[in-house]
Amino acid sequence: MSAGVDLDSVSMDFGTFRAVDNVAVNIQPGEFFSFLGPSGCGKTTILRMISGFIDPTKGAVRIGGRDMKGQRPNQRPTALIFQNLALFPLMPVWENIAFGLEVRGVDKQKRRARAEELLHLVDLPDAADKAVAQLSGGQKQRVAIARALAVEPQVMLLDEPLSALDLKLRQHMRAELRAIQKRTGVTFIYITHDQGEALAMSDRVGVMSQGKLQQVANPRDIYNNPANGFVASFVGENNIFTGDVDGTEGNLARFATASGTFTARLGPAVTQGMKARLFLRPEHVRLAPAAAGANSIPVEVTDVAFEGNFISIHARDAGGQVLVAEARNDGATAVPAPGDRLHFIFDGQNAVILTGDTAARNIDE
Amino acid sequence: MKDLLNRYGLLLTTVFAVLTGFWILVLVVLPNIYLFEHSFKPYLPVAELGGPKDVYSLDNYLTFFRSPIHISVFFWTVIYSAVVTFICFLIAYPLAYYLSKVSARALVPTIFLLLFVPLWVSEVLRSFAWFIILALKGPLNASLLGLGIIEDPVRWITGFRGVIIGLVYTYVLFMLFPLYNAIQSLDTNQIEAAEDLGAPWWRTHWRVILPHAKPGIASGSVMVFMLSAGSILVPTLLASTNSRWFTEIIQQWMFESQDWNTGSAYAFLLLILCTVFVSVVMRVFHVKLSDIAK
Repeated sequence: MSAGVDLDSVSMDFGTFRAVDNVAVNIQPGEFFSFLGPSGCGKTTILRMISGFIDPTKGAVRIGGRDMKGQRPNQRPTALIFQNLALFPLMPVWENIAFGLEVRGVDKQKRRARAEELLHLVDLPDAADKAVAQLSGGQKQRVAIARALAVEPQVMLLDEPLSALDLKLRQHMRAELRAIQKRTGVTFIYITHDQGEALAMSDRVGVMSQGKLQQVANPRDIYNNPANGFVASFVGENNIFTGDVDGTEGNLARFATASGTFTARLGPAVTQGMKARLFLRPEHVRLAPAAAGANSIPVEVTDVAFEGNFISIHARDAGGQVLVAEARNDGATAVPAPGDRLHFIFDGQNAVILTGDTAARNIDE
Repeated sequence: MKDLLNRYGLLLTTVFAVLTGFWILVLVVLPNIYLFEHSFKPYLPVAELGGPKDVYSLDNYLTFFRSPIHISVFFWTVIYSAVVTFICFLIAYPLAYYLSKVSARALVPTIFLLLFVPLWVSEVLRSFAWFIILALKGPLNASLLGLGIIEDPVRWITGFRGVIIGLVYTYVLFMLFPLYNAIQSLDTNQIEAAEDLGAPWWRTHWRVILPHAKPGIASGSVMVFMLSAGSILVPTLLASTNSRWFTEIIQQWMFESQDWNTGSAYAFLLLILCTVFVSVVMRVFHVKLSDIAK
């Protein structure tokens, strides 16, 4: 049983500060949807509006088609998993899980049975009588999921629940969460600032910045076809060139920059004569000893980092801009050395010209 | 100690140590030892002091157990101190919850100030104020009559009523502060989690907030109970002819009978029996001593 969530042009003001600005998105029943954005972008506010702790200043939140205005969290078919999990430390594990059933008046035997069942589901079968404090981080995580699932929510809301775990466990829990979501068919709405999490788990991702939804798309499109400069720079690494659109040929455009004139795909809402930025992913850069016909930048290698599965090459072009290329390590790849003079070459189809601000975090810094 | 020496130097450290030592030893320990010793001695005319009759015995303590009236006064003192404690809890809990989880952060200092202001007036004056407020023709009856809530003036200061009102007023803050601290330390996410899982407000309190606040409730209760049972001022001023507090009996032994020895024995009995009572109650509610120290 799951329900869709319809955010109908919702805004949320705190005093004069607009935390969420006219966000409209239709989340399908059974979908795994992530809101991705830097801290302070309004994603947690959206979650609190859906769960019912706050009502939007403008617009409506509909769950399963029903307007939720004025419905308290205990009246909504949602369950929220808090960032710090908020397990009840004074109750044993099974009472934590059965708390939602307890408040619904389910008798003790049934509660216990259901708690055991859910503990099996989250792969923690022997923990029923343990104290919360005895559990490890990953185990607490599972208990929190089981506790939320116990109330059979139609929508599950997750507020960066993996952020407290270490890397290995985080990657494991990603797969686990995804599996639980598929098994239960519940709509998952996931909040994160970690692009890896969002891309790996979600059916669709909504990228947010400063209260506004920048792009809603499936993970491939978010990464390959970002709608604007913010999305391109927030998700993944980029070489960024500032310049002007100089003319168009089909879906490609000529783009004049300080490092030379390149051809690249024209992003949405970019027209000739506009100031814009060209975004080039490091993995789309090829290294060559000699210049190619187009999209070729002579550089001098400054730094080479051998990362195992790939090699990261930092280089400086004639204008002094630092560029990054990433080469897959297939075992035979020649590793350049600092001081080498090479050419960075890319295919115009792999670079995109976009407008809009970039995220504060990019590789120039 | 070494830390203190490093921080304040030899002179200041010595002054601190001597002053603290003086306070504990001379003002607290010695008087108690003196009274404790004398509580085992008979009350004798000066001429017989040091004579053959001046020997240690449990007679003073047995006096209490031989007097049904004193036992009954003690019993009611404990009962009504418990009632006062419970009423203090009923008043302080919602206030503590409001202050720690509901009210705007900026308001809290103002509310605390308002709560503190009455404490700047001496306890004697505050009890007298209640004596006036509760008088048969006092302002409370006048207002209630004026508002049409009652038809005839209520005799407030009868039985233990006046004492209970006075003690609750005097000691409610001793319940409020530990409760405030306890609830304050609860992660607000837990309250929200309970609500999100469907709990109505009262169940959130019963299952999440109250259990978390238990150490605070325990330390507040112990303080209010012990202070109430040991209060002399409020019962003296607000008691009626048919309500007697155990401390008044101690006072009678000491000042009316001039029998300090029996008075001391009664004082220690009050201390010991109240401690036993508190320990039993703590056992019943599964509160550990370490919880209270938190």
